[in-house]
Amino acid sequence: MKFDTPATSNPIDQLKVVGHPVDRIDGPRKTTGTAPYAYERHDVARNQAYGHVLGAGIGKGRVTAMDTAAARAAPGVVAIVTTLDMPRLEKGPRNTASLFGGPDVQHYHQAIAVVVAETFEQARDAAAMIRVEYARQPGRFDLAAEGPKAQLASAESGEGGAAPQEDRTGDFEGAFARAPVKLDETYTTPDESHAMMEPHATIAAWDGETLTLWTSNQMIAWGRTDVAKTLGIPEENVRLDSPFIGGGFGGKLFLRADAVLAALGAKAARRPVKLALARPLMANNTTHRPATIQRIRIGAQPDGRITAIAHESLSGDLEGGGPETAVAQTKLLYAGANRLTAMRLAVLDLPEGNAMRAPGEAPGLMALEVAMDEMAERLGIDPIAFRVVNDTQVDPEAPDRPFSQRQLIECLRTGAERFGWSRRSATPGQRREGRWLVGMGVAAGFRNNLVMASGARVRLDGSGGVTVETDMTDIGTGSYTIIAQTAAEMMGVPLDRVTVRLGDSSFPVSAGSGGQWGGNSSTAGVYAACVKLREAVAQRLGFNSAEAVFADGEVRAGNHSAPLGQAAGADGMVAEDTIEYGDLAKRYQQSTFAGHFVEVGVDAATGETRVRRMLAVCAAGRILNPKSARSQVIGAMTMGVGAALMEELAVDKRHGFFVNHDLAGYEVPVHADIPHQEVIFLDEVDPISSPMKAKGVGELGICGVGAAVANAMYNATGVRLRDYPMTLDKMIDRLPQVV
Amino acid sequence: MRPFTYERARSPAEAATAVARQPDSKFIAGGTNLLDLMKLQIETPAHLIDVNGLGLDRIEATPEGGLRIGALVRNTSLAADERVRRDYGVLARALLAGASGQLRNKATTAGNLLQRTRCPYFYGTAQPCNKRQPGSGCAAIGGVTRQLGVIGTSEACIATHPSDMAVAMRALDAVVETIRADGTARRIPIAEFHRLPGETPHIETAMARDEFITAVTLPPPIGGRHVYRKVRDRASYAFALVSVAAVVQRDGTGRVALGGVAHKPWRVEAAEAELPRGAKQAMAAILDGAQPTHDNAFKVTLAERTLASVLAEARG
Repeated sequence: MKFDTPATSNPIDQLKVVGHPVDRIDGPRKTTGTAPYAYERHDVARNQAYGHVLGAGIGKGRVTAMDTAAARAAPGVVAIVTTLDMPRLEKGPRNTASLFGGPDVQHYHQAIAVVVAETFEQARDAAAMIRVEYARQPGRFDLAAEGPKAQLASAESGEGGAAPQEDRTGDFEGAFARAPVKLDETYTTPDESHAMMEPHATIAAWDGETLTLWTSNQMIAWGRTDVAKTLGIPEENVRLDSPFIGGGFGGKLFLRADAVLAALGAKAARRPVKLALARPLMANNTTHRPATIQRIRIGAQPDGRITAIAHESLSGDLEGGGPETAVAQTKLLYAGANRLTAMRLAVLDLPEGNAMRAPGEAPGLMALEVAMDEMAERLGIDPIAFRVVNDTQVDPEAPDRPFSQRQLIECLRTGAERFGWSRRSATPGQRREGRWLVGMGVAAGFRNNLVMASGARVRLDGSGGVTVETDMTDIGTGSYTIIAQTAAEMMGVPLDRVTVRLGDSSFPVSAGSGGQWGGNSSTAGVYAACVKLREAVAQRLGFNSAEAVFADGEVRAGNHSAPLGQAAGADGMVAEDTIEYGDLAKRYQQSTFAGHFVEVGVDAATGETRVRRMLAVCAAGRILNPKSARSQVIGAMTMGVGAALMEELAVDKRHGFFVNHDLAGYEVPVHADIPHQEVIFLDEVDPISSPMKAKGVGELGICGVGAAVANAMYNATGVRLRDYPMTLDKMIDRLPQVV
Repeated sequence: MRPFTYERARSPAEAATAVARQPDSKFIAGGTNLLDLMKLQIETPAHLIDVNGLGLDRIEATPEGGLRIGALVRNTSLAADERVRRDYGVLARALLAGASGQLRNKATTAGNLLQRTRCPYFYGTAQPCNKRQPGSGCAAIGGVTRQLGVIGTSEACIATHPSDMAVAMRALDAVVETIRADGTARRIPIAEFHRLPGETPHIETAMARDEFITAVTLPPPIGGRHVYRKVRDRASYAFALVSVAAVVQRDGTGRVALGGVAHKPWRVEAAEAELPRGAKQAMAAILDGAQPTHDNAFKVTLAERTLASVLAEARG
């Protein structure tokens, strides 16, 4: 189905099932431990051996020798494959660093061997017996130091957020120079880790030349192509199966070493191999969100109207990598006639930077929305009023492109009312409760809505049961449930008559889970397949398909009705289709909006910051399931608090690695950090986005949170921080004396 | 994890004898730290002696009016003990500030004293570390040091001791009771139990190889207001940037021990005379001679400000 004109009325609008806060249909399997995650699929292949991956112990250089004699002689060892056994493997177009092969070490903990043994403990122990000799080379590990050598860069991040290397509208420099009120500040965000609960894990089994990977991957079709390319085998010989994923956040968008080394290990061992990346490998072996250094300049008239806005971002990556697109939102969020955005990319020899939840906007808003708060204060205008003055209903760089929907002002005003914004003192440092300095902050949330082609196959059986198959993944987001709701709505059956099967590369190629496009796009694909099935059913029953109504397990047209299953007969019926998108995304700007409100307490003596309450008001198209959408948003808000207050992959700039490579050293929020969260979804349907009239929401929830925390901390203390994470050491010298 | 053999000791003396017999052996109690380190091969014992069944899990009154805490009393039980909560509040609070509920259920009193540093370079097994491999050097010095020590450090090591419990015990003048393979028992004041790193940071305590902790005793209660303040980057389940254990008397005198700043719980008794004059004077004396790094210099300011807050709370 081609979606190239705005959606009109369709069966989804009935909202009998879609739009309801139903429990996730995979919930019972998860809570009873029967949802099969990659590493636990003991039943899929007999005689599984265990693999353990060894990572390089240097940041840059070459492996000159590997002595595996002791490891090979260790108990239980079945096979060892080292990086010196083969030339560097080909790599898929979505990988920057090589995943395996050859002597060169591009980054710390790059995989250099896999040991396969009868037990996990034997494999791990033997891996530690491998003696490796290296020739170290100096590396570039310090973003700020490499900044002067950085080149202008454009970006297609693979997960949206694209931006050309430099964009100019009007005359920024002239307008900024003339602006009576201005700001020129630099903000930094650190490298961050996805730190999802389930590590990268794969079971690999060869059957002749055919490879099956039971794995944990957000994008099945990308993974399949990239496995084939990396291993040099035909794509049709590769099957991926990934029905349950214990979190991804972008860390599992791409093929990683677990799948490659499970496959190589299984080949060498001549039997299936299962392996997971050990937690200490995850920070340096896999991808991370790159650090940024962002300069923002804003010039405005005394009434608050922005006349000049510039956002320039520096980030780093391995040779051939891309920039963090931190300027993306600044192109679209606020009005202003004179604009400049630019990204520079430094070559670094740290592990590969890549997409993490809301790449671009998440760190970009951590800078922009603090700058807006600072600017509002300089102007003497309330931060919400300042944003309202600069609202735009069109793309500021191309005014003939309207936003499909834009309720930013409503998000902010609704939030202000619900959060009690009027009780905030405009002067910082005014509210004290015992030990705590208390403050409120606000930030706009913004994340573009991306749409991706997505396919699905729908089967109807003789009893009226519906089965949906698509290679869409559920990374904890609720895909199973919203897909079931979509099929139930379309086919007029109760939710429990729908079976959803996901994550298998033998199913139609879907949008996958990334860039908050998965929910809207994958359900639109199911919609398309259901439209086809409805037509086939009506035809078989001899009904006029335009008149046919699917409800209560029946099909009705005029005076006729028939049970849905009757059309299917004993053999069942199948329909398959793919939703494909025309140029609506070019004609309209599709984005999602939020108002994030945060109240913090800052310990007046120690500078410890603790969030007291948070509110997100979101405008993101039709909310397909308010319960799972809320879960997405509160999870993202929590991640935003982590980014604001504690998350940082600490770089050892001498040796080139992230030092805090476990969950004791890389702190993310715990329950005690998140006392009270509230989420409000504004009523919105967006017929430009898809037949579902929905948009993404899973990334919107993090976008702006960090800045709202920063602004609340400033409101509490009068201390302005511009470097994340905003740990107490950065302000302890500026806090008032302890009495 | 290296393959290891395993036995259960039946008495403290037998445990000490067993460890003396086999050079590569270690005691295991809760295992909350040791097992993690074994998985990373930071600890590689060839033999484990399980001491969980020795009946050292009671808290008893001493004839002097103090408490004798069995080596295997779990952190949860110790924190919940009525006498501890009433008379040694700083200890109960320190315990509850540490780790998580699950870990406290397993972790023991002796094991807590013996836990090893959380220096990231100690855990980074590709890096040199004088604790892990004596003589290999210290990768932490000149590296990422925000969490590391500011006082009592050496050119060989700037690691900190991660315990909260031990900081409170230091303020309470606890005594560690041990027994050796030959049956000799001794009582080690906690001030002497943990060592500064010096040139041998791999030697962390005053214990001999065949020495086994049987109990920790607390002297009779000293009254006063008991405060434990742990400063950290998140609200729970994080190691201290700085912690302050304080027992403050009505006249303003008192005791202060610090966590998160040194290779051992840090207390300078002579500096406590300054306490009635306020946190600034007291902390200047407590941290006299501190040599922080660029990344952790904030700990000196933080310690002073935290003490000021603690003293205000104790007075209030």
